[in-house]
Amino acid sequence: MTELTVNGQTQAVDADPATPLLWVLRDHLNLTGTKYGCGIAECGACTVHIDGVARRSCITPLAAVAGQDITTIEGLSTDASHPVQQAWVEHDVPQCGYCQSGQIMAAAALLATNAAPTDDEIDAAITNVCRCGTYQRVRRGVHRAAELARTREA
Amino acid sequence: MNRRRFLKASATSAGGLMVAFHLPALGNGRPFDGVDRAGEINAWLVIAPDDTVTIRVAQSEMGEGVFTSLPMIVADELGADWDNVRAEYADANRSLREDRVYDRMGTGGSQAVRHSRPYLQAAGANARERLVRAAANRWGVAAEACEAGGSRVTHQGKSLRYGELAAAAAAIEVGDVPLKTPDQFTIIGTPRKRLDSPAKVDGSAVFGMDVRLPGMAYAAVKHCPVIGGTVDSYDFAEIAQRPGVIGAVDVEGGVAVVAEHYWQARTAADALAVAWDRGPGAGTSSAQWQREFAEALDGDGTVAHEQGDVAAGFAAAASSIEADYSAPYLAHACMEPLNCTVHVQDDRVDIWTGAQNPESVLAVGAEVAGVPPQNVYPHTCFLGGGFGRRSNPDFVREAVTVAKEIGRPVQLIWSREEDTRGGRYRPMSALRFKAGFDAEGKPTAWANHSVTHSILAGLRPETVASGVDRTSVEGLTELPYAIPNQRITHTIRNTHLSTWFWRSVGNSQNPFARESFVDEMAAHAGMDPLAFRRSLLGAEHADMLHVLAVLEERSGWGSALPAGTGRGMAVHESFGSIVAQVAEVSVTKAGAVKVDRVVSAVDCGHVVNPLSAEAQIESGIVYGLTAALYGKITVEDGAVVESNFHDYPMLHLADTPTMETHFALSGGEKWGGLGEPGLPPLAPAVCNAIFAVTGKRVRSLPLSEHDLSWA
Repeated sequence: MTELTVNGQTQAVDADPATPLLWVLRDHLNLTGTKYGCGIAECGACTVHIDGVARRSCITPLAAVAGQDITTIEGLSTDASHPVQQAWVEHDVPQCGYCQSGQIMAAAALLATNAAPTDDEIDAAITNVCRCGTYQRVRRGVHRAAELARTREA
Repeated sequence: MNRRRFLKASATSAGGLMVAFHLPALGNGRPFDGVDRAGEINAWLVIAPDDTVTIRVAQSEMGEGVFTSLPMIVADELGADWDNVRAEYADANRSLREDRVYDRMGTGGSQAVRHSRPYLQAAGANARERLVRAAANRWGVAAEACEAGGSRVTHQGKSLRYGELAAAAAAIEVGDVPLKTPDQFTIIGTPRKRLDSPAKVDGSAVFGMDVRLPGMAYAAVKHCPVIGGTVDSYDFAEIAQRPGVIGAVDVEGGVAVVAEHYWQARTAADALAVAWDRGPGAGTSSAQWQREFAEALDGDGTVAHEQGDVAAGFAAAASSIEADYSAPYLAHACMEPLNCTVHVQDDRVDIWTGAQNPESVLAVGAEVAGVPPQNVYPHTCFLGGGFGRRSNPDFVREAVTVAKEIGRPVQLIWSREEDTRGGRYRPMSALRFKAGFDAEGKPTAWANHSVTHSILAGLRPETVASGVDRTSVEGLTELPYAIPNQRITHTIRNTHLSTWFWRSVGNSQNPFARESFVDEMAAHAGMDPLAFRRSLLGAEHADMLHVLAVLEERSGWGSALPAGTGRGMAVHESFGSIVAQVAEVSVTKAGAVKVDRVVSAVDCGHVVNPLSAEAQIESGIVYGLTAALYGKITVEDGAVVESNFHDYPMLHLADTPTMETHFALSGGEKWGGLGEPGLPPLAPAVCNAIFAVTGKRVRSLPLSEHDLSWA
């Protein structure tokens, strides 16, 4: 059994310690908002926060994250009120939506360390793949989320 | 086939590890209870006492926006307050039982709005009329004297909410109701945010892979590396003692390993040594096919279109040019790898998946499970991309096969590697063009021969008996340019790979070649590429001429660009819509390509939702650019080489051009598609821009295979 803290709740998980965190979240904890896209950390659909940093859960073994704070899309906010979530709805960012949990988690992690990223900084930080081609709206969404966050702080 | 299965003794014990289960929230939320008709005005819509209008969507939401655009059509006629509208999937089993009340439920061919708009308008109008009559009855006044709008019926200061009228309205029969004309629309044509966004930003949207059922097991599939090959043998004992492993079931061309959790199934499948019969495709290669397709271009082919006298045209020509083009096989690479969840019980088969056609899911389920079709219940989930791939139910067939053998609900998931190598590719093709010109440089003769792997040969062989697959020559036979003598011929050349519809189908490769060659013709004639095209478009192409005029103005065509940056353009009509694009492309002296900006001008007749219409054009550009830059499926020794995003690369945010979309709508009777038409002009526009910078003509894709350095 491995003790895992996800979205503020600590629970014991009965899984092989080598199991990627992605599958522990999805199949053991039924937190299905975190997606499987490639399994080799190329696409970012599985992005979660581990101690506040965006990480790709598909190559992160369960054993490596015991005792650390894990946040998934379900725990980013309790009511979809995170500035990134609000900006995404406002700017109609999702299409099929499958990659968007990962895009949102990557964007939220970026904004946590850089309150007003430039286009180049967004390009460098958000390397998640979207097959629907929402990229232009993702970029707009990050700028809008930064604005919303600043307004909220003011 | 002789089916093999291996099950451990504990296979029937239920999982017991579930902490909770949930069903698709926006799918059909009543999977075991039959059809709920409470508040239903007609099969398309339900009005709750609190005025919430639930509109049923019979097409699949895979990003193109049908969960919003189709309800907009119904709600406009209904006179609904849009703020109270929600969407849910229509029930394919009900449609089967009720004389196809939801009409055609497949999603493809950019058809959703084009096909369903008239009957969706009719459904909304029918419900509105019933609500009006219910109110008129209540008040004892003439229905004609009442007005409907904002989810209310009013008459001389009196007002009733739709929620108050729904029950009475449901019992009223009405005949055909006249439909609104476009000038009367209040919702259609206005920007409306997606109804599915809230569920897609907090992780609650249920895609096929997110379905969780009590006692559900997971299956990982492993296919023969060579498509068409089969399992020769394997020893289940090798993996039988691994944690969680339940069994192994043969599926077509492979084996599925079933376990309590997916990771257990996946690692067990990876560990299982399978001896394959690699089948008739073993030993083949892409290099060999490229030679064979190029050689086949020298043959005559079957005439697909002919006008004038092409031999005389070339004989009289003052000059001529000729070029060969080619395009590779491509995988769809949906973000969500293929998956399907199935529960087979004595009296019913339930299938949860994101498919582009729940009716084919139903049919396959009935066939494989051996039950009457009316006992099969498809539950459509959100699709993590479709692009044509999810209209083939091969993965559903596998999941039903496995669930039937295992006797528990099973979720079968293809790995990304299986998804990339599992077939159903955009066909490879080779194309030859020849154009003759008179002394003034005006084109007078056009000959085109294409050699393409046929999609329809495997699907509907009777349609290709003539030697032409119509999907292979779309974009070739309907040349918009006025060239008097034309001969367009085709040759079908198939390999062992399986092919399928890939976003825009034949329009994905043919306009690349055609519009690049037209650019070569413009250069030969010494004319500006846009002016050259315009000179070949007659008055019957007024819509296309208007699109080109908008494109010219909005793109700044002809204005100066920095050194190392060039412009290219292309235009193409497909799926009822005309799209013209200008690409601005930078190429370093070393040959590194960056597409900086893409401007589109679009005539789809009418737009239902400008927000999603623009998104679809952007989507086509990104999908097309990804393919143009990197896309190729390569075969060596019969097996597909590429496996995942490291060797089948995807465009990223940093490489995405600025995209500007302008609608040049012709209105009238034209309601064109939008899911696909944004893609076809992209590759030729980019390649023509590369020519403008480097003087190098790109005649095969992807661009990553070309040396584009220049001095």
